[in-house]
Amino acid sequence: MTEAPAVILEKVTVEYGRNKALRDVSAVFPKGAVGLLGPNGAGKSTMLKALLGFIPPKSGRLEVLGLNVADRPLEVRARLGYMPESDGHIPGMNAVTFVAYCGQLSGLPKSDAMQRAHEVLYYVGLGEARYRNLETYSTGMKQRIKLAQALVHDPDLLFLDEPTNGMDPKGRDEMLELIRDLAHNKGVNLILSSHLLPDVEYTCDHVVVLDKGAVATHGSIDQLKGPAGRVFEVRVKGEMPPFVAALEAAGLKCHESEEDVMRVFVPGGAATPGADQQRICELAQQVGVQVRHLRASLPSLEDVFAKAIGEP
Amino acid sequence: MSPIHDQSYRRYTGTREPRGRSWAVIAWAGIRGMLSKKIFLGLLVVAWIPVLVRAIQIWAVVTYPQAGQLLPVEARMFMQFVEQQSFFVFAITVYVGSGLIASDRRANALQNYLSKPLMRVEYIVGKFAVLASFLVFITLVPGLILIVLQVSFAGNLDFLKANLHVIPAVILASLVRVLVASFAMLALSSLSKSTRYVAILYTGAIFFTESMFGVLRVVTNSTRSAWVSIGGNIEIVTDVMFRQTPRYDTPVIVAVLVLAGLVVLSMSVLERRVRGVEVVS
Repeated sequence: MTEAPAVILEKVTVEYGRNKALRDVSAVFPKGAVGLLGPNGAGKSTMLKALLGFIPPKSGRLEVLGLNVADRPLEVRARLGYMPESDGHIPGMNAVTFVAYCGQLSGLPKSDAMQRAHEVLYYVGLGEARYRNLETYSTGMKQRIKLAQALVHDPDLLFLDEPTNGMDPKGRDEMLELIRDLAHNKGVNLILSSHLLPDVEYTCDHVVVLDKGAVATHGSIDQLKGPAGRVFEVRVKGEMPPFVAALEAAGLKCHESEEDVMRVFVPGGAATPGADQQRICELAQQVGVQVRHLRASLPSLEDVFAKAIGEP
Repeated sequence: MSPIHDQSYRRYTGTREPRGRSWAVIAWAGIRGMLSKKIFLGLLVVAWIPVLVRAIQIWAVVTYPQAGQLLPVEARMFMQFVEQQSFFVFAITVYVGSGLIASDRRANALQNYLSKPLMRVEYIVGKFAVLASFLVFITLVPGLILIVLQVSFAGNLDFLKANLHVIPAVILASLVRVLVASFAMLALSSLSKSTRYVAILYTGAIFFTESMFGVLRVVTNSTRSAWVSIGGNIEIVTDVMFRQTPRYDTPVIVAVLVLAGLVVLSMSVLERRVRGVEVVS
């Protein structure tokens, strides 16, 4: 039997004045870890805020864990944990008081809230700093405290809005480990909103790609990464634009991933081994560039993303 | 059971409180936060000095009736006490109230609150309760204590029987001050992220309306324009509650309507400003 989805959006339109932040969006977020991916301004945060009931949609229907957001916003929020993108704390509180306070606001009895606050602060790596005032916390610590306050009441679904923003590489890796652990070992469903592809790729099983307020693509990452086609890393010596034009004229799609390395996507089903490489070399020869590096590459979420939002 | 304590994430299996009690959590956290400040505790103690003075006055008049010629204990005395406390109402409103919502807005805390299972009205009620509790503590509570002291010192109910209206008058006059000050300050606090700016705004509103009344009084040679002053309206209503002749010529109904309008306007501001997300059109 198929498990009920965590979130359903049906033809949802959200407007800020005249600006449409979400345009007739329909999407289904399955349970588990789902990445909400998109460039800045795509409507990711707006979607999360609409699901929380902060912004009423102009039209459409939002459903979270089987509950209609418009009809039962408090029940929805009782089962949600929200880690906002921007820093937010209650002034004058230390970490453990703040997290316990959030637990109480979410319905936990006072003693349970305090006990859970200690536990989640240890879990997110702030055990030693839990009696420090929040105003003295670094950016990385503030990200962790936001996760702790979202977790304290043990939500059934977590909304994580850009959880690695402003973190140093080590802190970022630790945060991603926490998210991955929550999703895969602790049974917490989550929606991770990010514009960072590696974060989503590392932590999530499914992805919904938003672009300009509309869903560009969605599905399981494995499925999306493994379409009918192959990807090659190519580096050439010579003029790039004519080569790119030749590849695209031949029906291949390419985009730059590093300074001089290009990823070339060859659509279609299985091909004879070496046929694609030969085709690329022939096209290079036609426009007079030398192929210096050509290697089959595993498709990444970056390819899926670029393809979905129509980047060259 | 494992001898090693698991510090990993665990699912919560305990009970949850029924919804609708978050305002009390917010109120209690706010009250506790204020009571941890020594300056504020000092202010509360100073606000109770007039209570002590009035208690001594009541004792002196009951013990030495001739003292009543100099400092009579009558309904008017309770009115004067409530009016004297207006200064402390102002001071505590500015000290406690200016940061109630402004600090949350500055720290971006509203989204934290409103992402929890609580309604906006619960948040507002919680914040309101913080300020209102302290104002009640320096107006209504000591007012009623003074009445009880009068009865206790006199050992009879003669004063109360002759002035039964004093009890509702003390309650209503105190509550009018609490309601108007709390709502007006909360509304102003929701308009800014700066506590200092809110304090200046509130002080300005009180003194500006008072000055405007003063100017109009001189220009028109009449007190009919007392309705432009927040304090003037409260004084008119207080006079009526204590069965005194209103000190200004503004009709009581006008004063009541102005105060009610101020509360409604404040509620409307709060409804617009307290949101989980700021929408800029």
